[in-house]
Amino acid sequence: MKLTDEYEALRKTVQGFARDVVAPVIGDYYEREEFPYEIVRQMGAMGLFGLPIPEEYGGMGGDYFALCLVLEELARVDSSVSITVEAAVSLGAMPIYRFGTAEQRATWLPRLTSGEMLGAFGLTEPGGGTDVPGGMRTTATLDGGEWVINGTKAFITNSGTDITGVVGVAAITGTTAAGKPEISTILVPSGTPGFTVSKKYSKVGWSASDTRELSFADCRVPAANLLGERGRGYAQFLQTLDEGRIAIAALAVGLAQGCVDESLRYVRERRAFGHPIGHYQAIQFKIADMEVRTHTARLAYHHAAERMLSGLPFKKEAAIAKLVAGDAAMDNARAATQIFGGYGFMNEFPVGRFYRDAKILEIGEGTSEVQRLLIARELGLADL
Amino acid sequence: MNIVVCVKQVPDTATERKLRSDDKTLDRDAADGVVNELDEYAVEEALRLKEAHGGEVTVLTMGPGRATETIRKALAMGADKAVHLSDDALHGSDALATSYAMAQTLKKIGFDLVILGSESTDARTGVLAAMLAERLGTPQLTLANKVDVDGTAIAIQRVTDYGFDKVEATLPAVVSVVEKINDPRYPSFKGIMAAKKKKVETLGIADAEIAAELVGLAGAWSEVAEFAAAPPRAAGTIVKDEGDGGTKTADFLASKKFI
Repeated sequence: MKLTDEYEALRKTVQGFARDVVAPVIGDYYEREEFPYEIVRQMGAMGLFGLPIPEEYGGMGGDYFALCLVLEELARVDSSVSITVEAAVSLGAMPIYRFGTAEQRATWLPRLTSGEMLGAFGLTEPGGGTDVPGGMRTTATLDGGEWVINGTKAFITNSGTDITGVVGVAAITGTTAAGKPEISTILVPSGTPGFTVSKKYSKVGWSASDTRELSFADCRVPAANLLGERGRGYAQFLQTLDEGRIAIAALAVGLAQGCVDESLRYVRERRAFGHPIGHYQAIQFKIADMEVRTHTARLAYHHAAERMLSGLPFKKEAAIAKLVAGDAAMDNARAATQIFGGYGFMNEFPVGRFYRDAKILEIGEGTSEVQRLLIARELGLADL
Repeated sequence: MNIVVCVKQVPDTATERKLRSDDKTLDRDAADGVVNELDEYAVEEALRLKEAHGGEVTVLTMGPGRATETIRKALAMGADKAVHLSDDALHGSDALATSYAMAQTLKKIGFDLVILGSESTDARTGVLAAMLAERLGTPQLTLANKVDVDGTAIAIQRVTDYGFDKVEATLPAVVSVVEKINDPRYPSFKGIMAAKKKKVETLGIADAEIAAELVGLAGAWSEVAEFAAAPPRAAGTIVKDEGDGGTKTADFLASKKFI
């Protein structure tokens, strides 16, 4: 698997940035649960927030695979920074680029792609994530040329930073001809009256990223803020989530690789019973297993991305990539903290952070169980 | 303003660097090649000067074929085009021979301002800027942590042990920069893609009118007689403070003639 020269140059550039700019300071942000605005500003200057978006909207004219490579390299050092880019691009900017009107694109994309402004997407609610529309309670009704939104959204990344500008909100906007709830996405600018952003959650991991609960109480926005077509909300976020799974898989591979990197360094330095601990087979086998998981998960996400960019169906491959990469991250984080012993339990060591950051990768963007459900469905087992 | 930035590919300082046993030159296959870190500051300064005053930034490197990676990075940062001086006859050139080859090339391609990093992280001679200026017959403004250009007037702050000197000259000139001068930008993906389409002109010694006998190992004025791995660092001396720590530390420093 050899990357083309330009992908490799991008990977190396971001690798250097993560090592020189992110790594020295991110532990402190994490400890303080503080959003790293300065790092975000620099990532914006590098164009990371516009990678897969055409240049006419201020993007870099790259593709989704370029984004995935960047997410992997960032997550090798820190997942909070990586998820901030992932959510901003994949959930914030991409739906507007994909489904937005010319005016919506022109209004939001230049600021989103430059990183000057962050976007977010509100799908999950306190009572339901994947179970759409069954678990969805948020509604939007047209009244006098305006959408009136009521409801609550949970666990929304990038939704409450000082530079958050717009949130796409999935809401029930009526009933279809078949009698099912009609779902649409509505763009709600930050600061709209009736739109309240809660304080940050206290999280197990991803502590330097911004995650909040959003509530809407008779929040009114112009009818023109409908993203794309009315009633297309479900189809829109299914596509968004399929792509997003590949991006989260890339992030998880980065974390798994970070565990390998840190462990390889540590087992050469740390000595026990007369040798560096890497001398012992118990450690060697642990690291070999970590490498195997990382490598196979990377192949899985590269394959899914390749199918997606070739225009082939990729739903199953994306689910497989997300599943194996999430497992690889979690297993590697457990192995790496074990190798580090007592130091692995200390927050000041990267592997301690990796351990806390890994668990969400079995949950976010569809749980591991949902991935299995999708894979089984793609194998034709849903109709038995 | 026609700015030429000289960049050098060096072995990655994060890896183990070796010399070849046969001709005692750098073993370029033993380590990844990267852009000499100080040269990134030179590229950044050139780009800033271009952004402020207009003109064109040309990257010049002397090195084997694989040095194109280094050129691509400078082009991805935003330089306009590149000249790659590459010829087997140049292998083993010392600083003096290198300065001759580079000066010949610079005379051929033309310049208003030449910018370099103050030294390379491999050889670390730090003499190239001065040698180039001498060979080109231009002023040398070295170790700059600030560069100002106004028309054909150029002024720098030259870093010294006691602060800085202000040095002024008239273009054309040769400037070397230190790492305090700026924060080099990271190339964007757009820059990386654009770099592929930028012109890289490869010159051999004949193209640049370089006399073969004055370059390479044979043309070098200095010779590596022998080399050895750096000895492992000796354990330090620990001064235990029993109320007389200050005196003991001062005595130690005096014994080493530091004070």
